[in-house]
Amino acid sequence: MSVKAAERRSSFDLPLLAAVLGAGILWWFLYRVNGPFWDWVVFRVGGLAPQGRLGETVRFFVYDTTKILLLLSGIIFVVTVLRSFMSLERTRALLGGKREGFANVAAAGLGVATPFCSCSAVPAFMGFVAAGVPIGVTLSFLIASPLVNEIALGMLFTLFGWKIALLYVIAGLTIAVAAGLVLGRAHVERWVEPFVFETKVSAAVSAGTPLTWRDRVELGRAEVVAIVRKVLPYLLIGIGLGALIHGWVPTSFFLRFAGSGNPFAVPAAVLIGIPLYSNAAGVMPLVEVLHQKGLEMGTLLAFMMSVVALSLPEMILLRRVLKPPLIAAFVGVVAAGIVSVGYLFNAVLG
Amino acid sequence: MTMQIRVFGPGCARCATLADNARTAVDRMGVDATVEEVHDLLQMVALGVMTTPTLVVDGRVVLSGQVLTPEQLEEVLAVDS
Repeated sequence: MSVKAAERRSSFDLPLLAAVLGAGILWWFLYRVNGPFWDWVVFRVGGLAPQGRLGETVRFFVYDTTKILLLLSGIIFVVTVLRSFMSLERTRALLGGKREGFANVAAAGLGVATPFCSCSAVPAFMGFVAAGVPIGVTLSFLIASPLVNEIALGMLFTLFGWKIALLYVIAGLTIAVAAGLVLGRAHVERWVEPFVFETKVSAAVSAGTPLTWRDRVELGRAEVVAIVRKVLPYLLIGIGLGALIHGWVPTSFFLRFAGSGNPFAVPAAVLIGIPLYSNAAGVMPLVEVLHQKGLEMGTLLAFMMSVVALSLPEMILLRRVLKPPLIAAFVGVVAAGIVSVGYLFNAVLG
Repeated sequence: MTMQIRVFGPGCARCATLADNARTAVDRMGVDATVEEVHDLLQMVALGVMTTPTLVVDGRVVLSGQVLTPEQLEEVLAVDS
């Protein structure tokens, strides 16, 4: 480590603190003026009628795009900085040698707290299993990680309040724990590619130099740019669809097909969600609009969870370490969990 | 002796960026080194790390899960050369 790096670590970083505070205030200001600003642009400058369909649709699109981009940036930044204190290696060390049961709960919780992208799913699976973490526990981790999505959580909290957000976290963790326990009991080892068990793992290494606050903030900033760039197309499609539905589709249309009168609304929502490859940021605008159109929260949460937790690309990645029967069981158990949660929420909140 | 730099990753964009940055850093420093992208994650897991991309210099894990700029990599690699 260079002298420069050591200096940076020891001293209190006032310019950094000022920059982060400044960005925070700017963020808050933009969030507050977003509504009035677009009202002014669309209805005053653009001359569209506030009650007209076109005006409503256009305003919804620009207002929601700005709002969700701001939310997304703020949430990703905070989460990335917090998560920079955790790593897959540390999580594995915490889970090593634990028995099933409690370890599933710990794994699900750590799945939410550990920085993780789907490109690390395969090495994480190999590394956990090769280090002796039981397969059911490893699966609890791998299910919780995408299912309890911090972006979805932040947006649910902002759009629908803390009760819905809390219900979402509890439901997601419960599904991850239950699915891991069920699959762990089913002795699915035979459906794991044998080379995984043959890997010898050396003791966990501490990788790289310890991070300074400046490094953590830089990580957060880079992550915001990377994720926003990645999800922007999905986000625009999601908000575009949302804006069209908001302005043009009558409420009765959705209520007839997916309202509380239809007992199959929840499984249908989950089935539709599996092949849809999007992310929480892209789905949330749709969820928001469909909720305004009278769809039940349980049905919508089930749809969102299905989209984010069960994605085809991740299944294809996992095929390198899991045999098809286990992938099928994985999808089946998680889908069943999501459907139950959907029904439960509809019953509780309805 | 030639410094052997390996970047482990499943072929994701971040991994390719890290390998490129490592090549840039090595060129600038003018050290004798090879930079290689490795897709066999089993080797990486065996080294004790799971987060991609991972940078290994002469068999030692130097970085994991971070994409450093060429400038930062120069600083890191200077210690090893």
